Amino acid sequence: MSVALAPEPLFTGSDWDFSLVNRIYEVVEPIALQEMKLNIYPNQIEIISAEQMLDAYSSIGMPLFYKHWSFGKQFVTNEMMYRKGLRGLAYELVINSDPCINYLMQENSATMQTLVISHAAFGHNHFFKNNYVFKQWTDAEGILDYLEFAKRYIAQCEERHGQLAVERVLDAAHALMNQGVHRYARVRPRDLKAEAAREAERQAYRDRIYDDLWRTVPTGAKADAVPNEARRAALGLPQENILYFLEKTGPRLESWQREVLRIVRLIAQYFYPQRQTKVMNEGAATYTHYRIMTTLHERGWITDGAFMEFLQSHTNVVYQPTYDSGQFGGFNPYALGFGVMMDIERLCLKPTQEDREWFPDIAGSGDPVEVLKDIWANYRDESFVSQYLSPHMIRHWRLFNIVDRAAESELRVEAIHDERGYRRIRRALAREYDIGRQEPDIQVVDVDLAGDRKLIVEHAVLDGVQLDPDDTVMVLQNLANLWGYEVLLKEVDAESRRELKSHSAQPRLAWLR
Amino acid sequence: MHIVDRRLNPGGKSLVNRQRFLRRARAYVSQAVRDSLKDRSIKDLDKEGQITIQRDAIHEPTLHKAGQGGNRERVFPGNKEYMEGDRIKRPNGGGGSGSQAGQGEGNDDFQFVLSREEFLGLFLDDLELPDLAKRRLIGGAVDGIRRAGYSTVGSPSNLSVPRTMQKAMSRRIALRRPSSRELREIEEEIAAIEARDPAGADDAVRLERLREERSHIIRRRNLIAYIDPVDLRYRRFENVPKPVAQAVMFCLMDVSGSMTEHMKDLAKRFFALLHLFLTRCYEHVEVVFIHHTDRAAEVDEQTFFYSTVTGGTLVSSALDKLLEVAKDRYPSDDWNIYVAQASDGDTMQSDNGKVVSLMNDEILPMSQYVAYLEVGREEFADIEAVGTRSGLWQAYAPVSEANRNFVMRKVHHRREIYPVFRELFQRKGVAERTA
Repeated sequence: MSVALAPEPLFTGSDWDFSLVNRIYEVVEPIALQEMKLNIYPNQIEIISAEQMLDAYSSIGMPLFYKHWSFGKQFVTNEMMYRKGLRGLAYELVINSDPCINYLMQENSATMQTLVISHAAFGHNHFFKNNYVFKQWTDAEGILDYLEFAKRYIAQCEERHGQLAVERVLDAAHALMNQGVHRYARVRPRDLKAEAAREAERQAYRDRIYDDLWRTVPTGAKADAVPNEARRAALGLPQENILYFLEKTGPRLESWQREVLRIVRLIAQYFYPQRQTKVMNEGAATYTHYRIMTTLHERGWITDGAFMEFLQSHTNVVYQPTYDSGQFGGFNPYALGFGVMMDIERLCLKPTQEDREWFPDIAGSGDPVEVLKDIWANYRDESFVSQYLSPHMIRHWRLFNIVDRAAESELRVEAIHDERGYRRIRRALAREYDIGRQEPDIQVVDVDLAGDRKLIVEHAVLDGVQLDPDDTVMVLQNLANLWGYEVLLKEVDAESRRELKSHSAQPRLAWLR
Repeated sequence: MHIVDRRLNPGGKSLVNRQRFLRRARAYVSQAVRDSLKDRSIKDLDKEGQITIQRDAIHEPTLHKAGQGGNRERVFPGNKEYMEGDRIKRPNGGGGSGSQAGQGEGNDDFQFVLSREEFLGLFLDDLELPDLAKRRLIGGAVDGIRRAGYSTVGSPSNLSVPRTMQKAMSRRIALRRPSSRELREIEEEIAAIEARDPAGADDAVRLERLREERSHIIRRRNLIAYIDPVDLRYRRFENVPKPVAQAVMFCLMDVSGSMTEHMKDLAKRFFALLHLFLTRCYEHVEVVFIHHTDRAAEVDEQTFFYSTVTGGTLVSSALDKLLEVAKDRYPSDDWNIYVAQASDGDTMQSDNGKVVSLMNDEILPMSQYVAYLEVGREEFADIEAVGTRSGLWQAYAPVSEANRNFVMRKVHHRREIYPVFRELFQRKGVAERTA
């Protein structure tokens, strides 16, 4: 492909101004859209100061959010870290919305602005728009309006019911936030009109068959309590979305409290895809910026000096310390995602015999970007790792798998980077990204409706790993307060169904008032 | 693509959240603030500062898996020596294979920075100055600007359009300026008559009359302007002196040979607190430093705290000096006067009579509040608590009983300063509640 070279570099120093940002965007855009054929939401680029970045940090990166003390806590922590120089601020922040909002820090140099525009405005943006988890779970168009509504609604509640009352509900809801997401395909959006029509029809039927005579018929002993199965079915049990369950069935909640629970729940749901696609999302963005920056350099849009600056920060971002380096804190999602994606590029272009055996359908296909775009659209972290972590990368990172059994006194090296170990390592690493495995499986299983309305919650214990006892007691207290009656949490072994432990909590009655 | 410059948007979006967080952790934070006094030097007492509170005070619990126990499996990068099937000793902690590094911090402290205002607010929480309402507020240096009606002259930027239009309208009505509607009606009528094809009998006459009327209207409209220079009104502002409550604080300290460095340090801390407190209560606070041996002198701050003068002890000399300065520069009608005296209590018996009478008859009547702080040796704390009293203490004791605005306390150790200070200035309601 013959492409015109740049007449002169976009910039030479590190200073930038708005017209330069505009020109950078105009040069990057055709590379991303015409050559890589990315499919993005329209971009909105906003320049912010460090202080505003700190603000954005403390409200989970959203431009507007309701007020709560925990965000203040976030803020003071971040501020402290930043001031002490323990942690730099991100160069950029991007919001999954339509239009896609990109925050750029004013402190960035011109090179960094080019980098973050490629990274966020094209990489993340494409991922948000095309990945199936995001498509399935989030509504990029509506999120900002919804947050606006949430903020207003909670402020109104505070005016009407007092800050303290609202804060209590929010505290409790935040504690259960991770248990406030639907993990499986969402319930079909209800058509409210159809619903209302159906209700009217039922009412009409009831009116038609009404006969006052029935009232006079003596009844025998009251029929048995509703059978267990029917009761559970009526309540939609078992239910893993505890906040949803409380919102719909909590007997003591007022309507505004239900709405607050709903707000927290929907926001948790909005962030659920991000938690499942951290590696892929960052990998896709990093791959995109790497490709765009390299192209810019090849065509003379950026100088050698700027390219060196880029490479330096790029290598910092994708650095993966080894387990014994003292800096190891788990896998760096940038490194893992970018590494695997670069490897896919390699095996598309120059496959070895091993690659052809492992990846017969993509090895040597010759068009890495198309292959990657397909992967970005149809995988999440877990499936991505279990599908595309190649033996080449396992050897490159010298991965090994360690197993810790409670019954044994020593750890065992289960697999290393050799022929026997590739698949085992790949499976083990994929599991680490399986959110359903990493997070406890907690479900509401029953309610004693006929008796004391005790709520029974069950934790299906996997591999003998129980819940953190201190936090569990605190969260359970919150749950009991919301439910209004006693709550019992049983930890049950997932396989043997043996009960390992149980916690219970009584509501504080003054709480809901 | 849009580029938006958000840098000029108002910052401090997190302010409310931050305040709520402080309120939430208030009990812990104010305890931490008071504790931090121990570590702070007087000079940066009122700087912003870092404080540390227990993390569990503000813990947000979630349901998550425990860091230990059960069967676990993990993948690590950077294998060097391990082969499949190798056994490795459990790292201490018993389990988790080092995987839970981020989760074991439950008991860590939580550090953050309070701004100066927040720090002082918590630090001086619940305190108030006794007798803050002074006889008279003095006209001070601060000029306020306030609106003062309208004027006929002024700068264009102060032009009040509504008021000008209002004036113009009343003038037009008063002078009967024909409106444009009247003119239009006449013109329409003329046009209508002119347009009649077979002209009516008296049309010519009528047309004549109408034309005359029209020229009359046009002339009047030209003569009487729509807006005239006399209509212009400008917003007027005037400077008003704002009354300022002002206070003077007299710091009296004994610097005779019997005062050790430790005692001076105690006194200095007390003075610093008092000064801090006064600056928060009054916009304008002046401080007068008087040190004394057997002679008293007004000195600057540096000399006051750091000079070494030796000599006997004559407390009355300091009180004399105080009165002299007060009469000279701080008439009690205009100033709220606070006196803080620090001494080790050594005094000449013969001087006590004069001291008491000066205090009773002259100083107390003109002052808002007099605090006497007796500083003792740290090592004598236990002995002196039993009851031996210094000469000055014995002399002041009856004064203190007779006057509400005279208080005295004894301190031996740095850590007692702040509690004593709080005790002296505790808001009345609070004191009773805690009592």
